[in-house]
Amino acid sequence: MSIKLENISYTYMQGTPFERNALDDVSVTIEKGEFVAIIGHTGSGKSTLVQHLNGLLKPSTGKAFINDVDLDGKGDEVKKAKHSVGMVFQYPEHQIFAETVYEDIAFGPRNKGFSEEEVEKLVKDAMSFVHLDYEEFAQKSPFNLSGGQMRRVAIAGVVAMAPDYLVLDEPSAGLDPMARDVIFEEIINLYKKRDIGVVLVTHSMEEAVRYANRLLVVSDGKIILDDAPKEIFKNHSQKLLDVSMDIPQVFKLAESLRQKGLTLSEDIIDAKSLVAEIKKQRGIK
Amino acid sequence: MLTDITLGQYYPGNSFVHRLDPRTKIIVAFLFIIGTFIATDAITYGMLIGFVALIIGISRLPMSLVVKSIKPLWIILILTLLIHMFTGQGENVIFSWRFLKVTQEGLELGVKMSLRLILLLVVSSILTFTTSPIVLTDGIEALLRPFRSIGVPAHELAMMMTIALRFIPTLLGETDRIMKAQTARGADFNEGNIIKRAKNLLPILIPLFISAFRRADELAVAMEARCYRGGEGRTRMHQLVYKKIDTVAFISTGILLIAIIVVRWGNDLCGLLN
Ligand SMILES: Nc1ncnc2c1ncn2[C@@H]1O[C@H](COP(=O)(O)OP(=O)(O)O)[C@@H](O)[C@H]1O
Ligand SMILES: [Mg+2]
Repeated sequence: MSIKLENISYTYMQGTPFERNALDDVSVTIEKGEFVAIIGHTGSGKSTLVQHLNGLLKPSTGKAFINDVDLDGKGDEVKKAKHSVGMVFQYPEHQIFAETVYEDIAFGPRNKGFSEEEVEKLVKDAMSFVHLDYEEFAQKSPFNLSGGQMRRVAIAGVVAMAPDYLVLDEPSAGLDPMARDVIFEEIINLYKKRDIGVVLVTHSMEEAVRYANRLLVVSDGKIILDDAPKEIFKNHSQKLLDVSMDIPQVFKLAESLRQKGLTLSEDIIDAKSLVAEIKKQRGIK
Repeated sequence: MLTDITLGQYYPGNSFVHRLDPRTKIIVAFLFIIGTFIATDAITYGMLIGFVALIIGISRLPMSLVVKSIKPLWIILILTLLIHMFTGQGENVIFSWRFLKVTQEGLELGVKMSLRLILLLVVSSILTFTTSPIVLTDGIEALLRPFRSIGVPAHELAMMMTIALRFIPTLLGETDRIMKAQTARGADFNEGNIIKRAKNLLPILIPLFISAFRRADELAVAMEARCYRGGEGRTRMHQLVYKKIDTVAFISTGILLIAIIVVRWGNDLCGLLN
């Protein structure tokens, strides 16, 4: 079970004076069960890359496969393969259209052909995943909710399709830190509970490190680094600097503490775990 | 893809023609069009065609692009030619079959009319190819300004055009994004009968309208916050200024027009003077 991209290049507006090469010979395989973060600057090609993961964009050259099904083909098998990838776009609340929260979340599962009973169960599950109370919200109009709530409705609409892979394009953009933490907590829960593959697009290194077990660094339409976050920070910090990205402050701090003689474990991912580790080393409760 | 549609067909460049003031280009195009209506014979048409070829040459537009601009109207061109060919009255019959008759005069008229149409199309396309839509509306506003005293709301018209043009690519991009998002949720836009298909469009149209209204609202607030209150006493960031190249353009167009007039009415003029 995997999504595989082989030598994919993509050019926007091919054959016009506005032509722009957004992806350049990219190959990558994403297994089910992985939590992959894709990081890169604005305009580096992250969104273009992930839109190839379920055949929304047709590569200019190269091939894309989901579970060994070639996405270039037609027919039910291809359709089914594409539907196994749930895609949460940037600002997903802008795609909400139905009169009630229930109807909007039910749109995907219904298209996938589930029966009404199944749909109801999927909607309920999805709403509990994103912490929206079914009784309170199901019959409300989605357009009267707050920005953060609307985004959770949109994410629930994708989660309800019971995807094998979940792709999220900057799901935290434009949210306050609290709403952001809530959404990531929901994604992590989903990942752990359903054993799906998650692809998280972000431009925040902190987010990437905190949640992912594999990091793809994209620059100028190419994947320039592909490894566990820790390994990348340890071995390739110069390459990150070259594309003007930096390793997170906590990692730098931990590294200089190590050089000063403190033995810290390799598992530090954020300020909280660093504090805990220092306390442990120093025997402070 | 939807966003592949090139807006207003502007073809970016930095040629002599691109750099001309939009007012100059509009007026020159206008004068040229007058020229095509004065022209009657092979010499004058030759001059017009030569002039257009020269403009295409110095604007460095690819020939394929220019040809493409004629394409949408080719049926009308052919019809024009045929109708004049078969209905034209004249002495010199060059072809006849049963009731169909082609005279030399009719044929000449048909060719002339089609040529005139082609020239009109090509010249107005060159105008839009070499002028970005925003600059073009600036030019239109400047040219309409003298008519404000008779009640033409020049600034408001231009502002409406600018905003509409500005939002075409935004809304196309938005439509593209929403379509993709709904496709990813399993929507299928090519399935079922007409009613079903129309219903399938709702998941696109509703978010699109909501976003268009939101953008309009935001824009209105932003404009008001910057004290926008119509065209009264407004100055502009990009001033239009006539440069030397504009003079060159005016003079060469003027020469063309005078030459055409002389060829057409030269003899009459001489007669009048004597
Ligand atoms: N619809 C489009 N039309 C033309 N160019 C585009 C379009 N979408 C993206 N691009 C260009 O492709 C490049 C990659 O964009 P994108 O994948 O959206 O980057 P990211 O998501 O990393 O910010 C950018 O330079 C962008 O300008
Ligand atoms: Mg993006």
